[in-house]
Amino acid sequence: MPVKVISPGLATSVQDLGRPGYYHLGIPISGGMDRLALRSANLLVGNAEGAAALETVFLGPELEFTEDAIVAVAGAELPPLVDGEPRETWASFKVKAGQRLSFNYLEAGARAYIAVSGGIDVPPALGSRSTYALGALGGLEGRNLQVGDVVALGESGNSVREGRSVPGHLRRLPGTPAELRAIPGLYWHRITEESKASFFDDTWKVASEADRIGYRFQKGRSLNFNERTQPFGAGSDPSNIVDSCYPYGSIQVPGGTEPIVLHRDAVSGGGYFMVGTVISADMDLIGQLQPNMDTKFVEVDLETALAARRERRNHLERIRESVKE
Amino acid sequence: MSNQQIRSPLPGTFYRRPAPDKPPFKEEGDDVAVGDTVGLIEVMKTFHEVKSDCAGSVSKFLVGNEDAVMAGQPLAEIA
Repeated sequence: MPVKVISPGLATSVQDLGRPGYYHLGIPISGGMDRLALRSANLLVGNAEGAAALETVFLGPELEFTEDAIVAVAGAELPPLVDGEPRETWASFKVKAGQRLSFNYLEAGARAYIAVSGGIDVPPALGSRSTYALGALGGLEGRNLQVGDVVALGESGNSVREGRSVPGHLRRLPGTPAELRAIPGLYWHRITEESKASFFDDTWKVASEADRIGYRFQKGRSLNFNERTQPFGAGSDPSNIVDSCYPYGSIQVPGGTEPIVLHRDAVSGGGYFMVGTVISADMDLIGQLQPNMDTKFVEVDLETALAARRERRNHLERIRESVKE
Repeated sequence: MSNQQIRSPLPGTFYRRPAPDKPPFKEEGDDVAVGDTVGLIEVMKTFHEVKSDCAGSVSKFLVGNEDAVMAGQPLAEIA
């Protein structure tokens, strides 16, 4: 039965694992920015890993429950409160009918996933319940939660219990500085040797223009481009290219100044040069970056990226084992 | 009466003015009522108003205009 939204937080949306398969039509993959945390929260409350949950960023919502439920909050350290009483993150706890779930100040990370037994029940759109707010698709009426919304829950199994938790060493948040492994891309030859070095040497800072579409970084040295005659269709700015596909995780650098890593709600193509792509194993970490955090891009090759992807899969397997009863 | 603090609800950049060409929301020494806006936090391309949850007068701003702040960080003292 439903959950009432007393206050929505800054930007809280329904997300599941996403909507792959339509990117070539310009519809992004959406889904939780930190999918390891989303899966963990669902596992803790006995849901399927891909059930829809609430993704909340920086400032948590206040929710009133109209029936008993098991809840877990994973990802950012955003301390949950049940009627003002503290609860653990990365652990399942009970919220009774009539009680309110709210949050204390964010302590670490950026995005917390609030899973509720039974999952968030909104109508799937193109196979996913994820919200793509820019395109008004999925989620609750295609938008973030608002005051007064009523969010429906699915049927939960009876076997769910409170008190499950993910052990500390399996919880993943970025370090200081955050390290994002990246592979140089198709347009790598467009910048000078000096800029190739400075991109990976510099410590960048997360800019305030950082959201589900992309994360912008600043304070590193600008990139310089090798001289060329711009091809037809590329425009005159050396950071422009003839329009191309933008992969999830690609790092575009408009004007050569501030890199932007495209994330779950990104556009699928355009005319900015891309310096490379953040590896899939590290995309979850970007969802946990706060503004002004120091970040380094670390150059890796494809072999390392694939090994990291395997390691992440093993990590998820260890989380699954740890929450089994 | 002991001093109270207004804390930032969000991480981001703190602004004391509604716009660069406007005067600050509050100066030190100004009276503050519950619900008064004392500044803005910019994050994710949006500006979030910081409202006072206590009444009194601003004894001191604890962070400067355009400073980076953390969630829960004290922004101003209210006496």
